Amino acid sequence: MDNLALIKDLASFLREDQLLTSDEDLSVYAFDGTAMLHNRPACVVLPERGEEVAQILALCNKKAVPVVARGSGTGLAGGAVPSEGGVVLCLVRLNKIIELDAANLVMVCEPGVLTQKVADEALAAGLFYPPDPGSIKISTIGGNVANNSGGLRGLKYGVTRDYVMGLEVVLADGQILETGNKCVKDVAGFALKDLFIGSEGMLGVITKVILKLVPAPASKKTLLGLYDDMTQAAETVSAIIENKIIPCTLEFLDRTTIECVESYAKIGLPTDCEAVLLMEVDGHPAEVDEQAAQIEKIARQGGAREVRLAATVEEGLRLASARRTAFSALARLAPTVVLEDVTVPRSELARMVAYVQGVGERHQVKVGTFGHMGDGNLHPTFLCDERNKEEMARVEKAMEEVFSFAVELGGTITGEHGVGLAKKPFLPKQLGPVGMDVLKRVKIAFDPVGILNPGNMFD
Amino acid sequence: MNDNGLNLLENLDYSVVQQCMHCGMCLPACPTYDATLLERSSPRGRIAMMRAIADGDLQASKVFAEEMYFCLGCLACQTACPAGVDYATLFENARAEVERQGLLNSPVRDFVRRWTLGWLFAKRSRLHRLGRSLRFFQRSGLQTLVRKSGLLRLMPWGLGALEPLTPEINERFTDQLYRQDLKKKNPSAAKYQVALLAGCIQDIAFAEVNADTICALQHNHCEVLLPEAQECCGSLHGHNGELDTAKRLARINIDAFNAEDLDAVIVNSGGCGSHIKHYEHLLADDAEYAERAKEWSRKVRDIHEFLVEIELRTPECKLPAQQVTYHESCHLKHGQKVSDAPREVLRAVPGLQLIELTEADWCCGSAGIYNITQPEMSMQLLDRKMSHVRATGAKIVATGNPGCAIQIAHGGQRADVPVQVVHPVSLLAAAYRAEKQGES
Repeated sequence: MDNLALIKDLASFLREDQLLTSDEDLSVYAFDGTAMLHNRPACVVLPERGEEVAQILALCNKKAVPVVARGSGTGLAGGAVPSEGGVVLCLVRLNKIIELDAANLVMVCEPGVLTQKVADEALAAGLFYPPDPGSIKISTIGGNVANNSGGLRGLKYGVTRDYVMGLEVVLADGQILETGNKCVKDVAGFALKDLFIGSEGMLGVITKVILKLVPAPASKKTLLGLYDDMTQAAETVSAIIENKIIPCTLEFLDRTTIECVESYAKIGLPTDCEAVLLMEVDGHPAEVDEQAAQIEKIARQGGAREVRLAATVEEGLRLASARRTAFSALARLAPTVVLEDVTVPRSELARMVAYVQGVGERHQVKVGTFGHMGDGNLHPTFLCDERNKEEMARVEKAMEEVFSFAVELGGTITGEHGVGLAKKPFLPKQLGPVGMDVLKRVKIAFDPVGILNPGNMFD
Repeated sequence: MNDNGLNLLENLDYSVVQQCMHCGMCLPACPTYDATLLERSSPRGRIAMMRAIADGDLQASKVFAEEMYFCLGCLACQTACPAGVDYATLFENARAEVERQGLLNSPVRDFVRRWTLGWLFAKRSRLHRLGRSLRFFQRSGLQTLVRKSGLLRLMPWGLGALEPLTPEINERFTDQLYRQDLKKKNPSAAKYQVALLAGCIQDIAFAEVNADTICALQHNHCEVLLPEAQECCGSLHGHNGELDTAKRLARINIDAFNAEDLDAVIVNSGGCGSHIKHYEHLLADDAEYAERAKEWSRKVRDIHEFLVEIELRTPECKLPAQQVTYHESCHLKHGQKVSDAPREVLRAVPGLQLIELTEADWCCGSAGIYNITQPEMSMQLLDRKMSHVRATGAKIVATGNPGCAIQIAHGGQRADVPVQVVHPVSLLAAAYRAEKQGES
């Protein structure tokens, strides 16, 4: 690949400030939110309109140059790392909310809009955009769609996929595809939009998103259950769901995670218990009151040492946002934080949690675990130092075992972060030869030259 | 070259650099990222560059140097960072490395730096002398003459544009006020013995804030000392790549105050406070001073923090109702994590109604000498701040840092938002004084 010629061609239709080539700039777009993975691109482009994205892709397709799309670069599987160099296509300047259509409960926006802004603008109109990944304050909606991000409300409200009604996508050759629309029902042709959701930038580049919104719940209550035993916490979760209550949030943190979060957020989390459950119910005020009371009772019966009810909405918010910092807060304990997101059927949660603890002990690796207990999505987090090769080998081993066990339990190696580079070696184990073959055929159909995020997910 | 000739970033404890796990949580808190949407101008990007330099994967270049000075040093990223990255240390060492390698050297810049950091702010007596000349200039009518003459436009490096930001110099500086009047008012049976850091700009342009601080303390059972041998706190040097001078000033102050014998070292400027609380880190490798620096850091209190800690007495007087809004100095909020205390002080003042300011803790663009070195970005931030101030409708802006006070007062003129800018402690002191008038 001739970088100079490529840059010259890009410069023919991009302004100087839209095309970054200095070593300094290249070094800061070499990574995303994932530990240890980095590689410098040949250049970084910052398009401001969909047409520019189309021009860039058409050019790169002609020249067979890799293109890696990214938003704010908060991904946790290395999906935005330009592992084969080429062009980083940074979409943060495509950041306009185009329309909030209250009559159809729809928002149309560009991919670089921050997820928090989507949520705030919806709320200002009395509406609700539920998906709330941990990085909501800085992640972009385009990145969320491309990775089908989850969050803390998956149990009741689902994930990003459940809120995407339509997309505008620039295909590898620069053609612009519109798929989906504002209609609740639409069966015209294959649901192509669903292929792009979670495609990790390998099938096309999203330049517009039509999002579904729902009415904002009138009321919300937040409870905190403190446990001396992790299994009791897991059992409480099962009991709540068996009682036909679907809280919007059912999060748990283990002792290590609680200590780190408390040391950052200082919101009075107890640091002497083995597990904390963060539980939120929302909806009609009467229903919320009743469910909160029921949950409190179930938690106490399940062995909670203490159940606290957040006195105000603000206190509840503080607790939830503290939980969102868990991953980064764990970095207080070790320089390298390897975060996983194995997910198992809910009924297998207690087994999975116990297994993770055992793996940590067996391999002498420090693990902090937290996650979305309500939807079976765990975040075992390995605390290590990437410069310690011997330790990293043990972490690698521990990770492999965790993945295998999750698959054995009928779960998945990744619930919400994506495969990216980080989990690429483990994908065949879960999908099998047929699954892998279909993935590759879909990829070739959309990107015959292979310019879109090559090296990601599979080879 | 520094002591061992090593790159300062290479030399820095690697765990400080490695602490950043590039999650990106700092990005939305960073004013320069917000304005540019460029990764290079984000805390995460800046740390990545520092790490690449430490690893030998990147040359410290002019682009890097400029980026380090484009950073406001507001430390909002430290508040946002769940991982507890010590950005202040990284940033100071990066700037020091920029200076060590002379990456931004130019005759004008070198001259200004030598004259300000190396001479003027290195000794308080020099600042006092300059202050007196400046006051003569401001009072004599010369200032008006110069303003009209257009001479300022001839000044290099855009320095002429700064002239409106020059604060009005006081007639009497802090030690004069203290010797002549304030010292006598120390309570006879004091519960606490504290000493005040007078500061530099605070000392010559906001001496009344120092007087008000002393007054408020005296009304709360404190005997207030004003050590004569004290110097500038050294934050200006520390933040601008002159770590050796910063260390020298720290040692002088530690000797001057003898914090060991005090209940607290009081500081009323957010910027100075944030810096002097870190003497402990600054002098960690100094065999002779490390222990004393630790004790010093343990004793330093921002004035609001201290007043709340000793449960300040609510003034017993009636004052006319007024609305006030509070702007958080970056180094008070992010550097020292003092955020509720100033509001508590304001709420204690009878008649004051506190109206919350939107984005109260978003930098106003003053940032030490940032408004001098990066006027464009600085004014962009100031305009944003003033639009929020206007929306509160309050006629008083309270803030705990002289840099912010000068900047926002300038913003008031610039954006035509008529506001009076005061230190929270001045409002409190006024209330205490009004008590006495009520008695008499």
